[in-house]
Amino acid sequence: MHNEILNHLPYKSSFRFVDNISALDEDGVTGEYTLREGAFFYEDHFVGNPVTPGVIITEIMAQIGLVVLGIFLILKDGELNISEDAAMYPLLASTEVSFHKMVLPGQKVTVISKKQYFRFGKLKCYVEMVDSSGDIVAKGMFSGIVKRVDIKNG
Amino acid sequence: MTREETLNELKTVIAPYTTNKEMLNSINDETDLIRDLKINSANLVDIIIDAEAKYEIEIDYDSADKMINVGSCLDVITEKLNQK
Repeated sequence: MHNEILNHLPYKSSFRFVDNISALDEDGVTGEYTLREGAFFYEDHFVGNPVTPGVIITEIMAQIGLVVLGIFLILKDGELNISEDAAMYPLLASTEVSFHKMVLPGQKVTVISKKQYFRFGKLKCYVEMVDSSGDIVAKGMFSGIVKRVDIKNG
Repeated sequence: MTREETLNELKTVIAPYTTNKEMLNSINDETDLIRDLKINSANLVDIIIDAEAKYEIEIDYDSADKMINVGSCLDVITEKLNQK
């Protein structure tokens, strides 16, 4: 029911790490992603022993935890007057993540993000990733800025 | 509160966000937060939020937009303190 927001995500194919949004409101978001067996990074990380890289874990957390919520908050703010075809470009500002468990090809992960604040265009969230058994995979503080580009007006 | 007292307090607000401690000790009105203190623009938001808590003031969008160097930060903080 929240998945129409996925149309606003600027990522495509191999770098889009959001499958489904299961909960979304002004205070936070929960979403899921299943790691594709054939993802480009498994071939070399590591050879013969594929493990999801920490940067990809971080990216999944940022896309669901910050970008989805950030776009939702911007669209919700009627005063900003965003046209339907305005493109949103997220800029990651800072991350501080700890990793607790490996994620292997084919595994499904759930990202839970809780808003700390959204002010002057900056969104800061506490983000956790859990695997299908509910174990913590990674957690940390994320912040970023969503830059809007209105295609109609250049 | 004098401008110098406000400046000294502002240093403690900025301190967590810059690694350039030498520059921080010698800041003046002209010191640019991004260019001179190498603070990223997203951390300016944290400095504004921390300043709000420290001085118990509220900084609106237009005022925040002006806060690019130390002098303009002091001007905004002083203005908001006087409005209390």
